[in-house]
Amino acid sequence: MRPNDILLHSVTKIATFIILTFSIYLFFAGHHNPGGGFIGGLATASVVVLLFLAFDVETVKKYLPLDFQLMTALGVLLAVLTGVGSFFFDAPFLSQTFDYFELPIFGEVELATAVLFDIGVAMAVIGTAVTIILSISEAD
Amino acid sequence: MNNLVILPIIIPFISGMIMVVFRKNITLQKWLGVIALLSTGFVAMMLMHQIKSEGIQSIQVGGWQAPFGITVVADMFAALLLVAAFLVALACFVYSFFTIGNDKEKHYYYPFFLFLMTGVNGSFLTGDMFNLFVFFEVMLISSYVLITLGGSKGQLRESFKYVLINVISSFLFLVALAYLYGVTGTLNMAHLSLRVAEAGQDGLLTTIAILFLIVFSLKAALLLFFWLPGSYSAPPTAVAAIFSALLTKVGIYAIFRVFTLIFYHEPQITHVLIGIMGALTMILGAIGAIAYWDIRKILAYNVIVSVGLIVAGLAAFTYSGLLGSIYYLIHDIIIKGLIFLIGGTVIALTGTAKLKEFSGLIRNHPYLGWMFFISALSLAGIPPLSGFVGKIFITRGTFEAELFWLGAIGFMTSLMVLYSVMKIFMNGFWGETNMSIEMEKGSTKRVILPIAFLTVLTIALGFGAEGIHDYVSIAVEGLLDPSIYIEAVFGNNPIP
Repeated sequence: MRPNDILLHSVTKIATFIILTFSIYLFFAGHHNPGGGFIGGLATASVVVLLFLAFDVETVKKYLPLDFQLMTALGVLLAVLTGVGSFFFDAPFLSQTFDYFELPIFGEVELATAVLFDIGVAMAVIGTAVTIILSISEAD
Repeated sequence: MNNLVILPIIIPFISGMIMVVFRKNITLQKWLGVIALLSTGFVAMMLMHQIKSEGIQSIQVGGWQAPFGITVVADMFAALLLVAAFLVALACFVYSFFTIGNDKEKHYYYPFFLFLMTGVNGSFLTGDMFNLFVFFEVMLISSYVLITLGGSKGQLRESFKYVLINVISSFLFLVALAYLYGVTGTLNMAHLSLRVAEAGQDGLLTTIAILFLIVFSLKAALLLFFWLPGSYSAPPTAVAAIFSALLTKVGIYAIFRVFTLIFYHEPQITHVLIGIMGALTMILGAIGAIAYWDIRKILAYNVIVSVGLIVAGLAAFTYSGLLGSIYYLIHDIIIKGLIFLIGGTVIALTGTAKLKEFSGLIRNHPYLGWMFFISALSLAGIPPLSGFVGKIFITRGTFEAELFWLGAIGFMTSLMVLYSVMKIFMNGFWGETNMSIEMEKGSTKRVILPIAFLTVLTIALGFGAEGIHDYVSIAVEGLLDPSIYIEAVFGNNPIP
C-alpha cells in the first residue's frame, strides 16, 4: 500500500519557494557577500532534487520541462562567450566591465558582465547536479 | 596582449559545447570537429610564425597584470607541440569516423574528444602552476570518459585503475602546489622562477621539485608506468592512439617546463635523478616490449621507452640534448599516433591481438604492411626518417654531459625497440597468408587515409628536419634561458 505523503507534498510546496528565493539571493549576493554562481546553482539544484524526492520523476518533468543536459552546455557556452566578447573591444580574453544604471524599481544599480559569467556557471552547476541525480535514479 | 594565444584553448572547448547542444546531429558534429581542429592548427601555426618574428607571445587573462592574474604564454616549445598535437588529433578524429560506432557517437564521443584537446592545448599554453593543474584535470576527466565509453568489461576494469592512479597523482599535485605556494608565495611560473632564483634552491625547494617530479612522472609514465600498459590496451583504437600520442607527452612537457624554468639550480640532484629514472624507464620499457606477443602490449611498452629517451635529453641539459628532446617529442607524438592506428587496424582486421594467431597480412594489405614497416623504422630511428634526428641529438647531448651510460642505454634500447616492432612485422605481415579477405573481420578501406597522412608526415619530418630547425632552436634557446620567458610575461611591468 502506498503511504499517504500529503504532509511531505505540502511542506515541499512551501519549502521550494523559500529555497528558490534563497538561492537567487545567494546568486546575486556573490559580488559583495558570500555566495555566487556555484553555490547559487547548487541551491537551485537542491530545489529540483527536493521536487524529485517529494513527487515522482514524470510529474516533475511534466511541470518543469527543462532539458538539463542542454542547460549545462548552454551555461558553459554563455560563460565562455562572455570571455570571448572582450575580443571585440580589443581587450584580453575574459576581461570584464561594469557600469551604473538607473533602473525603474531598484534605483541606481551596478551591472557587471561578471554576472553573465556567473549565470553561465549557475546553469552549468544546476544542469550537472540534476543530470547526475536523474541518471542515477533512472538506472536499473 | 595578443588574444590569438587563447584561441587554441577555446576553439575546441566552444565547439565541443556546441556539439553537446546538437547532440543528435552526428554529421554536424563530425564537420564541426574537423573545422575546429583545422582552425586550432591554423592558429598554432600563426603563433609559431609570430613567435619566430616577435618573440614569445603572452596574454594576461582579464587584463590583470602578471603575478596576480593568470598568464597564458605561447613560447616556441609550446607552439611546436600544439602543431604536432593538432596533426595527430586530426588523424585520430578522422579515423574514429569509420571505426568508433554509432553507439559511442551518440554518447558524446566527439565532444569529449575536443574537450581532451582543450585540456592538452591548455596545459601546453598556461603560464600558471594552478592553471596547469586545472587543465590537467580537464584533460584527465575527458580521458576518463573516453576510456570507459562503451562500457565493455575490460574497459571498466582498466579504467578503474586508471582513474584511481590519476586521482592519487592529482592529489599529490595539489599538495605539491600547496607546499610551493607556502614557500614562495606565488604560482605564476615566471614569478616562481624569479623567486626560486632569488631565494636559492635550498633543500626544501629541491624536495618540492622532486615531489613535482613524482607527480609528473605518474602522468608521463616515467618509471612510475605500472598503470599504463593495461589502460592503453583497453580503449578503442582511435582513443588509444590519441592517448598514447598526447597524454604522456603533456606530463613530459610539464617536467620540461618545471625543470628548465623553475628548478634548474641543482641539476646535480634533480637532473641526475631524472636521468636515472629515464634510464630505468628505457630498460624496463624495452624489456616489456620484447617480452610480449600481444600487439597492444608491445606498442604500449614502446610508449614507455620513448618517455625515458626524451627525458634523457633533459637530464643532459645541454643545447644538443634539449634540441634532440624537442625533435624526438614532436616525432614521438606523430609516430605513436600512427603506430597505434596501424596496430588497431590490424587487430580490427584479424580479430585478435595475439601475434601467433595470424600471419601474411602483407599479401592482402600491401599498403598497410609497408606503412607499418616505415613507421617501425622511424620508431627505431633509422636515418632518413623522423626518429633519427632526435635520437642522434639526445645521444650527443648525453655524451657532451659525460653521461655515457645514459647514451649507451638509449642506443641499446633502440635496438630492442626495433626488434619488438620488427617482430610484429615479420610474424604478422610476412609468412603464409592464413586469412583470406573474406575471413577478415574488418576492412582498411577508408581508415587507410589518416594512416597514410601520418606516414607522410613522419617521412616529411625526417627529410624536412632542416626546415624546422630554426623553430626548434628558438625553442631550445627559450628553455636554456628562462629570462626570455620571464621578460615575455612581465614585459616592462614592475615585478613585486
